[in-house]
Amino acid sequence: MSPIPSAAATSRIRPAATAPELLRNFCIIAHIDHGKSTLADRMLQLTGVVDARAMRAQYLDRMDIERERGITIKSQAVRMPWGVGDQAYALNMIDTPGHVDFTYEVSRSLAACEGAVLLVDAAQGIEAQTLANLYLALENDLQIIPVLNKIDLPAAQPEKYAEELAGLIGGDPADCLKVSGKTGEGVEALLDRIVELVPAPVGDADKPARAMIFDSVYDTYRGVVTYVRVVDGNLNPRERIAMMSTKATHELLEIGVISPEPVPTQGLGVGEVGYLITGVKDVRQSKVGDTVTNASKPAGEALGGYSDPKPMVFSGLYPIDGSDYPALRDALDKLKLNDAALNYEPETSVALGFGFRVGFLGLLHLEIVRERLEREFDLDLISTAPNVVYDVDLEDRTTVRVTNPSEFPGGKIGAVHEPIVKATILAPSEFIGAIMELCQGKRGDLQGMDYLSEDRVEMRYILPMAEIVFDFFDQLKSRTRGYASLDYEPIGEQTADLVKVDILLQGETVDAFSAIVHKDKAYAYGVMMATKLKDLIPRQQFEVPIQAAIGSRIIARETIRAIRKDVLAKCYGGDITRKRKLLEKQKEGKKRMKTIGRVDVPQEAFIAALSSDAAGSSGGKDAKDAKKK
Amino acid sequence: MAPALPDGDAAPDDGALPASVLAGAERRAFGVYLHVPFCTVRCGYCDFNTYTATELGGGASQSSYASTALAEIDLAGRVLAAAGLPARPVSTVFVGGGTPTVLPVDDLARLLGGVRDTWGLALDVEVTTEANPDSVTPESLAALAAAGFTRVSFGMQSAVPHVLATLDRTHDPRRIPDVVRWARDAGLAVSLDLIYGTPGESLDDWRASVETALATGVDHVSAYALVVEEGTRMAVQVRRGDLPPTDPDDQAAKYELADDLLAAAGLGWYEVSNWARTPADACRHNLAYWRGDDWWGIGPGAHSHVGGVRWWNVKQPRAYADRLARGVSPAAGRETVDGESAALERLMLGVRMAEGLPIADLPADARREVAGLVADGLVDGRAALARAAAGSSTPGGRIVLTRRGRLLADAVVRTLAA
Repeated sequence: MSPIPSAAATSRIRPAATAPELLRNFCIIAHIDHGKSTLADRMLQLTGVVDARAMRAQYLDRMDIERERGITIKSQAVRMPWGVGDQAYALNMIDTPGHVDFTYEVSRSLAACEGAVLLVDAAQGIEAQTLANLYLALENDLQIIPVLNKIDLPAAQPEKYAEELAGLIGGDPADCLKVSGKTGEGVEALLDRIVELVPAPVGDADKPARAMIFDSVYDTYRGVVTYVRVVDGNLNPRERIAMMSTKATHELLEIGVISPEPVPTQGLGVGEVGYLITGVKDVRQSKVGDTVTNASKPAGEALGGYSDPKPMVFSGLYPIDGSDYPALRDALDKLKLNDAALNYEPETSVALGFGFRVGFLGLLHLEIVRERLEREFDLDLISTAPNVVYDVDLEDRTTVRVTNPSEFPGGKIGAVHEPIVKATILAPSEFIGAIMELCQGKRGDLQGMDYLSEDRVEMRYILPMAEIVFDFFDQLKSRTRGYASLDYEPIGEQTADLVKVDILLQGETVDAFSAIVHKDKAYAYGVMMATKLKDLIPRQQFEVPIQAAIGSRIIARETIRAIRKDVLAKCYGGDITRKRKLLEKQKEGKKRMKTIGRVDVPQEAFIAALSSDAAGSSGGKDAKDAKKK
Repeated sequence: MAPALPDGDAAPDDGALPASVLAGAERRAFGVYLHVPFCTVRCGYCDFNTYTATELGGGASQSSYASTALAEIDLAGRVLAAAGLPARPVSTVFVGGGTPTVLPVDDLARLLGGVRDTWGLALDVEVTTEANPDSVTPESLAALAAAGFTRVSFGMQSAVPHVLATLDRTHDPRRIPDVVRWARDAGLAVSLDLIYGTPGESLDDWRASVETALATGVDHVSAYALVVEEGTRMAVQVRRGDLPPTDPDDQAAKYELADDLLAAAGLGWYEVSNWARTPADACRHNLAYWRGDDWWGIGPGAHSHVGGVRWWNVKQPRAYADRLARGVSPAAGRETVDGESAALERLMLGVRMAEGLPIADLPADARREVAGLVADGLVDGRAALARAAAGSSTPGGRIVLTRRGRLLADAVVRTLAA
């Protein structure tokens, strides 16, 4: 029989009426650009859910940013029929985000599956983030199907990387499937392998319903669309459901499966994956990891693994034009509907005016939010250098939590606690020395090192998270000619000798430039910022000292000399219009400057001083770099 | 390459002016600027609207230029009369370029005759022509004086050969004392134009230029900082690194040096870039620009101002000639300056003059900035505090820039205009 099941066979895999043993729930674990979306597209085509004409490249990645960057931010789940022998099966492919910032979302996606396709670029080998997700998948007891992709590439080395994968997950390198998402080669065999190897879901149909939310997406027209995997019982149209973490109940307006457009169904049974629409408008009312149950017949115990998203990185976001502040607030309110991890509070900066201190899961999350604000809401923003959260012990034995460096307490303080991460770096072994040097400079502590293959090594470090959000990724990439990959996860905190460095313009502190840095690096930071600002701030009518200070102690100083000449000598043959227009332009420019004390600072100077190559680290580099690869 | 024209409104084909130009017309002097868009050599730094014979080609030749310009003078006479402006004899005429003296003296005389025939000349009329020291003789200067010219402004630029070479100036600096003497002998008032801050010019080079100018006993000096304009050959040389860029600090030092030397020789500043021995030696035509008087600019690319309407002619000599041949105004665009723009213009032009700007004319916001400008040493404190008359309680204070203020004049304007 054809792999696309006949009508008769299909009747046995109707949603809400499919025996669990005919279901296969799987995800694809892959690094950015290793071809996950292309492979998924090919599966949609081969299973007949999307015909070639309707095929939009990377069908599953819906948002523009995802499409442009070639990465997946929000996961989706598609139901596909596939026949093996005379038997029709329903395959649920659950798309997972590929980035470290979204580890929690990844873990929930994995928890919705019984199997995972481990997809690795046959020309590049496994990357650190993939390795991290592989560990997560193994922890969730998923059946791993190793697959090498892009075997059509001339640079592909399938034998070499098959060895590497076999070394990681056990088994025979010969079991590693070789496919090309681009040509379709080997994809049918992969679908067969999924049916063969991925265990069917197991659950109790007679128990009260328990379904895990693995994604929650805001849709302008439908409100929140919640993606669930049913574990026990079943969910039916028009019944009331309850969220077990909040006890909130909602009317189920629509229930269905994605194939690949939403199709309403008569419900979802044990092991099935689909979507719910209840009319709620905010993803916070439908949280990833939460358990959905029947309101009339609630389950006694929620499924495990739920936790609230915790922001790890903070940055101040300010509109360049102060009058855009209300627009920025509205835009954040709208984004929040679709991003449970986003949180923010109003904040005022002497230098930048009114804005928000925004908490993010990580650097990529920061960059995506910033880019969406600029692109979808047409806002011009300045973001301050990202920082982590510090707990500072005071003399009176209380502790303050610092999410903005300018709020770092002055005077005598006790210990300062900073978050630390466990970082995994994969790289060709020739770069071991360079990576060690970098990590030592970033206060890293080597935990261990293993060879994945003859010439590839995995290095494990404990690093302060602050050092990672600074410029670590950029430096790692440049020192390894782009070959190293990085993954990290927060593992707690440590006390460290940290100080706040302030930058003063003509004696006035510029709050946006304050940074919390290790004592040994304070001088370097001060010199770098002072030098940078000296070049960025135009000369004024008076001399402007730029100082870097720890408390009242000056650690670095530069001076902007006074301007001596600012006059256009001649009006050309009475062309007064030209001169007036020039002055009008300058006048407008002056209006857009921020005045610190008496010093006029152009917005461009703030942007440049806060950009990645100065105050270190925009998450942008991270994401852009990923795109470039 | 000439400077780009401003963006503005369309100008009507007949050049007609709105009724708004009539307000206060009797209080405004009326002058004529005549542009001569020809040079024998195109200097690398120059972005004025001028052309060499080879650049122009046929159709707009030097020989027919006087006739073409006379046609615009005729048009100007009709437009001003039609607007209902009072008959005002011309108080100043200024012939600039380009190099006006590449035209035969007869042509210059014909043009001045056209102005005289159209509006009449005031009894004390000032008639200036710019001149290249290379292109005059005792005879040509005497002929200019005989034709009614009263003043000549020589483009001396520098007394130092390597500086002149960088500027592509071909004249021999040793001629300067001679041409000044010939002009004076002919009964002409004389001004020398200097340029400072040319790449490669030392402070001593500049001192030598100012001292050479002063040694002639000249009564008027203009000194302009070199601006490397986009689109000039010099801009290309700077971009390529063949010439160093101009340095504003160096130019400031040279301005201060010039101001010291000129003052010591008895020439006082009356406008940011102009010095004269006595008020009578000042260039009244230039003052009319700063004071917001009326003038009609004749010639391609020339700018005009009448009662708050500013306009500018098409740049290309051939397009200019074509328009006039068709009886159409050569104006390429115009604007009516009023409200905030007019206030900004009064400010930016007024502060450039030693006579200054009455503080009482400033809006309240700007008046509040004056104390700060005095404290910063940009505005003269005594002038700011002056009374209208001894014992009077009427404030007569004026914004008069200090020397530091002159060098930062644009910053002062931005502060007062904020």
